[in-house]
Amino acid sequence: MNNGRPIIEARGLSKVYRMGNVAVPALRGVDLDVERGEFLSIVGPSGSGKSTLFHVIGGLTAPSSGSVRVDDRDLSQMSEFDRTRLRKRTVAFIFQKFNLLPNLTARDNIAVARYLAGVDKKPDPQFEDILKLLGIAQRLDHKPSALSGGEQQRVAIARAIVNRPAILLADEPTGNLDTENSTAVLELIRDLNERLGQTILMITHNPEAAAYGHRTVHMRDGKIVGE
Amino acid sequence: MTGKIVFENLKHRPMRTLLSALLIAVPVTLILTLVGLTRGMLEDSERRARGIGADVWVRPPGTAFATSLSGAPIPEKMVDFLQQQPHVRLALGTVVQATEGVTFGVTGVDFDRFTQMSGGFQFVEGGPPRAPNDIIVDQYYAGQKELHVGSTFMMLGNRTWRVSGIFTGGKLARIILPLRIVQELTSSSGKVTQIFVKLDDPKNTDIVIAQLKMKLPDYPMYSMEDLSSLYNVSSYAGLNEFITVIVGLGVVIGFFVVWLSMYMAVLQRTREIGILKSLGASNGFILRTIVAEGLLLGVGGTIIGIGLSFGSWWLIRTLVPASIQMVIVTSWWPIAGAITLVGAGLGALYPGWNAARHDPIEALAYE
Repeated sequence: MNNGRPIIEARGLSKVYRMGNVAVPALRGVDLDVERGEFLSIVGPSGSGKSTLFHVIGGLTAPSSGSVRVDDRDLSQMSEFDRTRLRKRTVAFIFQKFNLLPNLTARDNIAVARYLAGVDKKPDPQFEDILKLLGIAQRLDHKPSALSGGEQQRVAIARAIVNRPAILLADEPTGNLDTENSTAVLELIRDLNERLGQTILMITHNPEAAAYGHRTVHMRDGKIVGE
Repeated sequence: MTGKIVFENLKHRPMRTLLSALLIAVPVTLILTLVGLTRGMLEDSERRARGIGADVWVRPPGTAFATSLSGAPIPEKMVDFLQQQPHVRLALGTVVQATEGVTFGVTGVDFDRFTQMSGGFQFVEGGPPRAPNDIIVDQYYAGQKELHVGSTFMMLGNRTWRVSGIFTGGKLARIILPLRIVQELTSSSGKVTQIFVKLDDPKNTDIVIAQLKMKLPDYPMYSMEDLSSLYNVSSYAGLNEFITVIVGLGVVIGFFVVWLSMYMAVLQRTREIGILKSLGASNGFILRTIVAEGLLLGVGGTIIGIGLSFGSWWLIRTLVPASIQMVIVTSWWPIAGAITLVGAGLGALYPGWNAARHDPIEALAYE
């Protein structure tokens, strides 16, 4: 769907968590537009609300107030069922800790994502090219415990893009990797953005990593404080 | 893919899987052993009653079919009375004396009349009693007590008995003595425990029973044709209820084993549940995988339980063949399986529901 509107539009977005009787505001009125095909880096100290913003955009939790439209759908009006559907095809996550299913091989980890999205057939030829680009084509029959950190993150990237989601949310994707693997993963993410026109939001603490994005937004205390 | 996830989860922790399946197997074995014992004992009783070769069985007044017999309340002249009835070719009185550890106790019988009625005992070793302390036993009892011809053992008080013969099982009882000796030992001279009647033609059974019931209204009588329906679980007071209790226990044990196992599994897999949810897994999908895993444990437990029931069968056959009989009742395999799956399915529901309602963000943060 492309009607010229940003793929992500957040207005006055807030999220308040309840810890017993205490209300903990994690987002305090975020306004954000992300264009289709944009690679946006989000930086900020711990507790600034970066991950919460991802969780809301990714449909893992509902916003407390404000509005957020993702691919022209209003998340604040969505039921849990609708948000689950959103995660199947529209958004995908890449995590710092890779978060592969430890009992399944790399191939099955990718297949699970396709199965859950209702696409239970072989990936298209272009995806095979991407697997080669990711450099894991020979490692697909190994379980995560037999893969290096860099390889695990590449499998996680493959899993994230296998259904061609509109938005890729990468939460500190290089946080658990050494410099060499970090560079490789960042190059891959940028390549995916350029090659597929994939919209990418990436959280990072590392200014060098942030520089891979088209632009960088800074968050502090649950707000966007600058670009 | 659901199957693959479930299978890989079971494979990932083989010891948990094996232990859970083994625990589920216990009630399956219990149910199959109990049913096998019940069926085995009933079939053995029926086979031995049929082995006598009689057409009508007369029991003492006031005894129900399923009660075990001991003592000698019937006057022996009743045997002569029955012998004189129309269509009766032969009447045979026996005395049953209960003894520890063996079904049907010690039975006293007139060997000549028994031979006329049934064709006699088939001896695999030795022959009928000759001396006053001679006794014959069947193969099962001989095997259980490691007896051979010439072996001696004590029974019925402090009396020592010498085995004169070992016969093939399936006729009358496991331990046989001459009628008069048992009558003397039990102070029941002139009396018998039960009477077997052979007719000139089995077709006359109903007529003879009808006539005898008019003359001897207090005596329960059964035709051998009735035995199949009489040697039935429902003939024995409380047996059906006992089986029901064991079946109920099976469901409860299956429920708790799977509940505990899957509850722990869900705790251990909290992060994985979060990962699946982040990929778009619905609550229904999560619930399905957990219940499917519980059911698969139930299937494994059923298969192991069936295997273990063969172990029970072998142990009983090897160690106490004269005391109890067990058969493998294959028709109960699917029943035991269904009982287990009901318990396992119910047991997996709560952990599955618990997993399904995990908050994905908390689950992903779980270490």
